[in-house]
Amino acid sequence: MLGSFFPTRHDRRLIPQARLTGPMPWVMAVMLFLTLLATAAALALGSAARQVNADLAGRATVQIVNADSEARQKQALAAEAVLRSDRAVTGIRQVSEAEVRALLTPWLGSGATSRDIPLPALIDVDFRTAAGPAALARLREALKTAAPDARIDAHGQWLKPVFGLIATLRWLAIALVALLALATTASVMLSARSSFAAHSETIDIMHLLGSTHQQIARLFQRRIALDAAMGALLGCLLAVPVLWMLARAASQLDSGLVSAGSFAAIDWLLLACVPIAGIALAVFTARVTVLGALRKKL
Amino acid sequence: MAPSVDSIVQFENVGLRYGTGPEALSDLSFTLFAGQFYFLTGPSGAGKSSLLKLLYLAQRPSRGMVRLFGSDLMTLARDRLPGFRRRIGVVFQDFRLVPHLSAFDNIALPLRIAGMRDSDIATPVREILDWVGLSARVDALPATLSGGEQQRVAIARAVITRPDILVADEPTGNVDPDMAVKLLRLFEALNRMGTTIIVATHDVHLMTRIRRAQMMRLEGGRLSDPTGALRYPPRPADMHGWADTDGRQDRPF
Repeated sequence: MLGSFFPTRHDRRLIPQARLTGPMPWVMAVMLFLTLLATAAALALGSAARQVNADLAGRATVQIVNADSEARQKQALAAEAVLRSDRAVTGIRQVSEAEVRALLTPWLGSGATSRDIPLPALIDVDFRTAAGPAALARLREALKTAAPDARIDAHGQWLKPVFGLIATLRWLAIALVALLALATTASVMLSARSSFAAHSETIDIMHLLGSTHQQIARLFQRRIALDAAMGALLGCLLAVPVLWMLARAASQLDSGLVSAGSFAAIDWLLLACVPIAGIALAVFTARVTVLGALRKKL
Repeated sequence: MAPSVDSIVQFENVGLRYGTGPEALSDLSFTLFAGQFYFLTGPSGAGKSSLLKLLYLAQRPSRGMVRLFGSDLMTLARDRLPGFRRRIGVVFQDFRLVPHLSAFDNIALPLRIAGMRDSDIATPVREILDWVGLSARVDALPATLSGGEQQRVAIARAVITRPDILVADEPTGNVDPDMAVKLLRLFEALNRMGTTIIVATHDVHLMTRIRRAQMMRLEGGRLSDPTGALRYPPRPADMHGWADTDGRQDRPF
């Protein structure tokens, strides 16, 4: 029946086309494969950026560099008080001298004492959200008087170029997805047009026998939906092992500083939406193209 | 079905022009009544097919007014055209069968377009195939059918929905005289059931077969005798020379 959602045997005969012989499913397969990779890249970069953000950007270190250990300790206590009273700060921890020494052992050797080399007092600061420049400026101002030798380093600052790179790559991946969607639309449009032209005689007859534009468009929609679905399946079959291998390689890349981007359940769900969105885009494009072509007829 | 006194088609000063060319049809004014049988004749190039195209809604007139089933075609919304077309059966001069569909599926197409279920389609299609003598060619593709057989499939497709109007362009041009008479009988039977029939033909003998048919003659895109265009019954004198003007031979039955 011309009105049902899935093509019947008769509908398939009306607009015949041998399966997988046209370029459409293959084009769709390639597009889907590339789109999945680009989407995965965008998601992985997104999660990497988030993780880096969470690990580091919400933290800062206050160093008090003063050779006099007494003055240093005094200033450290004053700095602690200033930090504790700030609304952006959620927690502080004075790093003990033993810890600082342990951190320096690889460079200074285990024999070094504080008397030989004055070590700075370190305070780890956790912020409510990423420490914004305003909060940092405010703290710097407040510390100037309380602890003149204090220096505040936002961890995010060190990683700014890394963040920048990740963000750029992520936008690039998103732009790739958009470009691929555009290319898919264009190829579906061409395919729908050529299919429409190839069956123009049948369409004219159906038209004169009283077919509505919707009925004719539906025939093409279903045809393209089938092609797109097969292409999508093929694209997924290619992309899944590649993504799996990449995910495995990335998980071994753990640098300690930044854990590599990995996929959460929501990311997998988004990836699963890609083929569905691809098919929907193809069907929609085919419909718009065919209805546009039919509009030229009486 | 509308009573036979109702006008089903009304033309007023209708002109049709393709692109920027000269008018293919000019100043056509006439009324066709429901339940009547009309022959349309005239030399080749007189505009018969163009007039039929206006009747089966393949063209909109360039000027004038056409009323069909009581609606003005110039102002009719496009989405209502399919509904109108389903009430009009058409036998195209070149048959216009879907080449990759069997005889059965070609004939069933208007029923499927109208949304009829497959289970309800088989019986009427087989009946009409039987009627046009093609029961043995149910699954044949148009390319494997002779010209006459294709024409019969085309006619069967045009009448399967019992249309209000049947428009036929040279419907007996490719069939033998016996079949021509048989097809004419089918048209007559449909006409008796209330279908308005409009047949374009050169065949004088065909025209004389339907006693109550009326005639329209087109020449150079105009009705050659607007006042007497619809004649009843056709006078043999009027038909002299009508059929042979473009060199076609009348075929005796």
